[in-house]
Amino acid sequence: MSFDEIQLIRMIVAVVATALFVAASVIFLVYLERKVAGHVHRRPGPFEVGPHGMLQTVADAVKLLSKQPLKPDGADPVLFWLAPIAAFAPTLLLLLPIPFGPILTGFEVNLGLLLILAFSGINVLALCLAGWGSDNKWAMLGAARSVAQAVGYEIPLLLAVLAVTFTSGTLNLSEMVAQQGPYPWHWNIMTQPLAFFIYFVCAVAETNRNPFDLPEAESELTAGFHTEYSGMGFGLFFLAEYTNMIVVCSVCTALFLGGWQGPFLPGFWWFLAKMYVLLLVMMWFRWTFPRLRFDQLLNLNWKWLLPLSLLNLLGTALVMKLF
Amino acid sequence: MGEDVLGLWSLVKGLKITGAFFFSKQVTVHYPRAGVDNLATFRGPIELVPNPEDPAGPLCIACMTCAATCPTGAILVVKKNALKPVDAAPDQNKTARKAPKGPAKFTYDYTLCCQCGLCAENCPKGAIRFSGNPYCASINKKDFEFDLLEKFRMNMD
Repeated sequence: MSFDEIQLIRMIVAVVATALFVAASVIFLVYLERKVAGHVHRRPGPFEVGPHGMLQTVADAVKLLSKQPLKPDGADPVLFWLAPIAAFAPTLLLLLPIPFGPILTGFEVNLGLLLILAFSGINVLALCLAGWGSDNKWAMLGAARSVAQAVGYEIPLLLAVLAVTFTSGTLNLSEMVAQQGPYPWHWNIMTQPLAFFIYFVCAVAETNRNPFDLPEAESELTAGFHTEYSGMGFGLFFLAEYTNMIVVCSVCTALFLGGWQGPFLPGFWWFLAKMYVLLLVMMWFRWTFPRLRFDQLLNLNWKWLLPLSLLNLLGTALVMKLF
Repeated sequence: MGEDVLGLWSLVKGLKITGAFFFSKQVTVHYPRAGVDNLATFRGPIELVPNPEDPAGPLCIACMTCAATCPTGAILVVKKNALKPVDAAPDQNKTARKAPKGPAKFTYDYTLCCQCGLCAENCPKGAIRFSGNPYCASINKKDFEFDLLEKFRMNMD
């Protein structure tokens, strides 16, 4: 077995394992979201389907699969059907550079962070395709707003991540995690708290989660860019959203919370625990805050997050130069 | 600037409130696993009031007001027929043929009932009341076609 063959097999195993992880995670995450929503509302959440409602996601998946995927008459068939695929396909790739454990990296790449940031831009393209290809005014509006939001919030995200790159000197996520230590005071959040805050807010906005979910708000735009999708088309957007949440929270734990580093347990469990804490915080945000109006959303980005992230970056550079 | 900082603090306060809600006791009652404890105002299906002078029969005089008032047509009342005269003298016919006032049939479709109470309100005799029974559950639609005279027939046996 030559080196290349081993690498190929390793890649294939990594992709399959990542796909299984994504599937299992999304199934659990959808259920968790509804349960968290229920308990925040002081009600039980799903309870009947399976013990304590655990099979609810399976029931939802079967429902989505059994619906007829309709396309509106005037919609462009290529664009319309390409959009959900374009939304979901890159998400698998995004999970490959992330170090889930000391040796559990799908595809160790020196520019891992850059790969993630670049491919998450494909989501914007998917939104455009969905909105334009739907032949629906509200879908178009929703897509336009979504694109403005995604593109705008990527800038402070990039600058926050850049500040961490300055301090760690590498774009390789595995090395960034290896530089941090097992205890909270060793983590990057201690040296870059503002960057963590900005990154997290931008991450919530990038994944179109409440309070930034105006583009897909049910009461505002009848589901925005995915109005015209039913059955598995919508299912793919839904899956893409949850997978993006997982990606963004994984990157956050790798960058700021020490990734797989932790005292007693093997690394993978620490990574999972930290990722799920961040996901729970995202869900907490969803069921607490009212939705931001679109101009408020953009104001927050251009008038607050961007200057703050620039200041953070300059401050980091200054401190690094002087000390 | 100041009010933006205050705004940020209000977000934290909001998170504290929902966080506290997450850990507090649920308001929902898991019916039917748990019983409900505030049934005083629950109406449920209607039932016929027994006649105080003759508890074997209902107070209902089959005037059809309830059936006419019911907005969904859930009630069906059929009057009792007059008895046929049996070898009576001409002057006795009138009393013998006086129609008994009562329902021969009183069926009620609970799937149509909206529990508005118009039947009970408008009944001239006050012969209809709500049973307050919250535990009528079934997976079969036929189980909700109640025969409200059944309890009187059963008592007569």
